Amino acid sequence: MPLIDIKHLSYAYREENGEPVPVLKDISLSIEKGEYVVILGHNGSGKSTLAKLLNMVVDDYEFAEGEINVEGINVLSEDITEEDVLNLRKTVGMVFQNPDNQLVATIVEEDVAFGPENLGIPNPELRERVDNALATVGMTEYAHHEPHRLSGGQKQRVAIAGIIAMMPRVMIFDESTAMLDPIGRREVIDTLEMLNREKGITVLSITHYMDEAARADRVIVLDDGKVLLDGTPAEVFSHGDMLRAAGLELPQCTALCYELMAAGLELKGPFNTPEQCAKALAKAWREKEGC
Amino acid sequence: MKGFALGQYYPADSVMHRLDPRMKVIMAVAYIVASFLCKNFYTFVLLLLSAVFLVLASRIPLKIVFRSIRALIFIMAFTAVLNIFWFVEKDAEPLLQWRFITIYTGGLYNALFILIRIVAMVIGTSIFLTYTTSPIALTDAIERLLHPLAKIKVPVHEFAMMMTIALRFIPTIVEETDKIMSAQKARGADFTTGSLMKRAKALIPVIIPLFASAFRRAGELATAMECRCYHGGEGKTKLRILKYHVRDFLALFCILLFIAGIVVINILGAKFGWLYTM
Repeated sequence: MPLIDIKHLSYAYREENGEPVPVLKDISLSIEKGEYVVILGHNGSGKSTLAKLLNMVVDDYEFAEGEINVEGINVLSEDITEEDVLNLRKTVGMVFQNPDNQLVATIVEEDVAFGPENLGIPNPELRERVDNALATVGMTEYAHHEPHRLSGGQKQRVAIAGIIAMMPRVMIFDESTAMLDPIGRREVIDTLEMLNREKGITVLSITHYMDEAARADRVIVLDDGKVLLDGTPAEVFSHGDMLRAAGLELPQCTALCYELMAAGLELKGPFNTPEQCAKALAKAWREKEGC
Repeated sequence: MKGFALGQYYPADSVMHRLDPRMKVIMAVAYIVASFLCKNFYTFVLLLLSAVFLVLASRIPLKIVFRSIRALIFIMAFTAVLNIFWFVEKDAEPLLQWRFITIYTGGLYNALFILIRIVAMVIGTSIFLTYTTSPIALTDAIERLLHPLAKIKVPVHEFAMMMTIALRFIPTIVEETDKIMSAQKARGADFTTGSLMKRAKALIPVIIPLFASAFRRAGELATAMECRCYHGGEGKTKLRILKYHVRDFLALFCILLFIAGIVVINILGAKFGWLYTM
């Protein structure tokens, strides 16, 4: 059974004049344990709403239809209990865009402790979880710092540690790199990939950066509330026209390779990342030179 | 603004800094009570000495302590003057009489006592609470001390949470104010010249975006807190464990001894008719 199972999910929010505005239209997808999935989509494609539904933090459920199953918890059921909601949020941890607006406490380690404190984890396990989470994101030496003195990437890593300390099965990153500088982005992406590979946490990363998508196991493209493409990065990137129509651009290196192929050069993929692209070009060059 | 420090907390390594914050709150209250128990000349001398002792024990530079006293100088002068002129001592020769002004010796002493009391209260509360205890430790201490009140539906946890969040966001919002002001200055806004009214009006384009963003932040923070399973204070555990040490009980013993001393001097004073009992 998949970890997250979404069937025919539709969602709309109410405009101020009372009219429902559809955001998600009949989405069905499932996410397996241990996957590293990137959800792509430009503004207004419904990707953030999808993430929020998975953690039950949307404002109203009046126009929510279909089914969301997370580890046996039926999210959209009428008789969901408060305990189910807490369990859901314990299973699915969420990291948001603005690191400033998700840190609660005035000291790093106390912020990391916030989640497990809410779950009622007693000391010494609580202390252990906090220390481990900080070590995982490499922020141990900042344990007693004030969050507002950290850089954007560091703050975001603290926010991630705060979720790790709750020991979730799935972590959703809702555009968590969008507000960071390139160094901060690198830090967060490295952390996210490490969590997936080494800790076996299922990662669902929502972004509009194609180079982040290139590194995932699986890419889902949302457009206008529907699933447009779903597959490996190579599969998804081979539909350049569809991506462009959805307001997304291929990574530059991938676009280059496709242009060269269109111009008659024979290239063998994958070329999702600059490294892969360079390898493919070098190979083609050697074959052409005949050595 | 990066060096922005909150409150008046003065980090140093002293006995006062090491005391348990809960005990410091209790001691601050006890100290205020003690200052009100003072009734005669000798008790006020003792009170003044104790204030000096507190400053020395906390290792806070005198300059900084004076700063907090200076803030109250007007109130102190006002109360002192009122006490000098309005004090009427029955069956006593006035010290000075000029037109409608009559000053008695008792009035002078009374003014002096009140000054000492105010200074001692300011020093007491600021040494025990603001200077030697970080705001977060203070919030924590108050939450724990008031915890029993939660049983009668006083929202102690909610209040402490609000304090914590406020402390967390003050630097962020100060930084943002700075940014918005720079942005407005870059567009030609003038915050420094003109009448008070004009300068106040110039701040409107700073305050509106600041409020808008504060509300947005509040919304996002609430969502993030929900995602981290926040559901009020019920069943919440604590990372930081506060533990009383021997020194905390010693300190408590000292302040109880101090109060006992004042009471004894009061009783002796009443018995032997020592000067200027208030």
